[in-house]
Amino acid sequence: MHVPDGYLDAATTAGTAAVAAAGVALALRGARRELDERTAPMAGLTAAFVFAVQMMNFPVAYGTSGHLIGGALTAVLVGPWTAVLCMTVVLLVQALVFADGGLTAVGTNVTLMGLVAVGVGYGAFRLLRAVLPAGRTGLLAAAGVGAFLSVPVAALVFVGLFGLGGVADVSLGSVAVAMGGVHLLIGLGEAAITVAVLGAVLAVRPDLVRGARHLQRATALAPRSETAGRPAAPAAPAPVEAR
Amino acid sequence: MTRTRTFVLVGVVVALLIAGVGSWYASSSPDGLEATAAEQGFDHTAEDSATADSPLADYSLAGVDDARLSGGLAGVAGVLLVLLLAGGLTLALRRRSAGTRDGADPRDEASTHDVSSRHEVDDPAGRR
Repeated sequence: MHVPDGYLDAATTAGTAAVAAAGVALALRGARRELDERTAPMAGLTAAFVFAVQMMNFPVAYGTSGHLIGGALTAVLVGPWTAVLCMTVVLLVQALVFADGGLTAVGTNVTLMGLVAVGVGYGAFRLLRAVLPAGRTGLLAAAGVGAFLSVPVAALVFVGLFGLGGVADVSLGSVAVAMGGVHLLIGLGEAAITVAVLGAVLAVRPDLVRGARHLQRATALAPRSETAGRPAAPAAPAPVEAR
Repeated sequence: MTRTRTFVLVGVVVALLIAGVGSWYASSSPDGLEATAAEQGFDHTAEDSATADSPLADYSLAGVDDARLSGGLAGVAGVLLVLLLAGGLTLALRRRSAGTRDGADPRDEASTHDVSSRHEVDDPAGRR
């Protein structure tokens, strides 16, 4: 979904750049609360991983491909503010070094794939996490739905921007149908990859998943972790059990 | 901490393999936005990025003829660059946040000590 230069007019491009800058500024403050000695190295890894997986375009219908955005995955792994920073680094490197996504459009891309994808993905994840049964399955379902939703919503926000400042004179309705339709399919891939990666991390190091910390505290994951032989982690849950 | 380091190292290797080897097998069909733009007739408004002449533009390393090698090297370079930048940024933010008198952070005094001992060494910019 990397928007190239030229699709949107200068005013809309400048507007999204301002939104992106404000979002990143907020994230720089918010991420300080999220980043500790565990999440900081995880954040670097997650950003690098998202960059790599974004190269893996998978085929969807109509001779079209899509790739992971990674906003929801990153937010669940390292926290939403840190995720905005991770996505911004990925998008900046892609625009500046790999000519993927326009240079003037980098604010648009940070808005769509940083702010919107992370916001929608993590927002839906938190809502669902609150209502679904606690435990691995509920957590993965919440993350999967968040990941799925993040893609078509980001696509429709692009359509909205295109309506505000699209350079070409084409029917907005049919752009919306086409963008929304294909990104529903890509969203399924986003959900599958997000659930697979989160499931793998939860299986070996659930303590490194920031969005699963409440489970750690409630020891819902403890039985499995203990059988997996995890010497480092039990220090944290112990006080809760003592209570 | 050592186990976390192991996890991160394994994760980086996986990312390098995906970008360096796996990406060769990625679909080269247009992505959702490109396909929509072509179908709806606004693809012609796209302009070349100012970075289109970058040695790594379009995920291939300039000067390497073998497409597979060229793409793989570009992917590896990208993963390392993102790791360096994102990891550096988040480490810097973490240190500063641990350094402030945020006594509320229950996680550890250990990291605070860590930080103060490292403090004079880096971040000469001394922002804040």
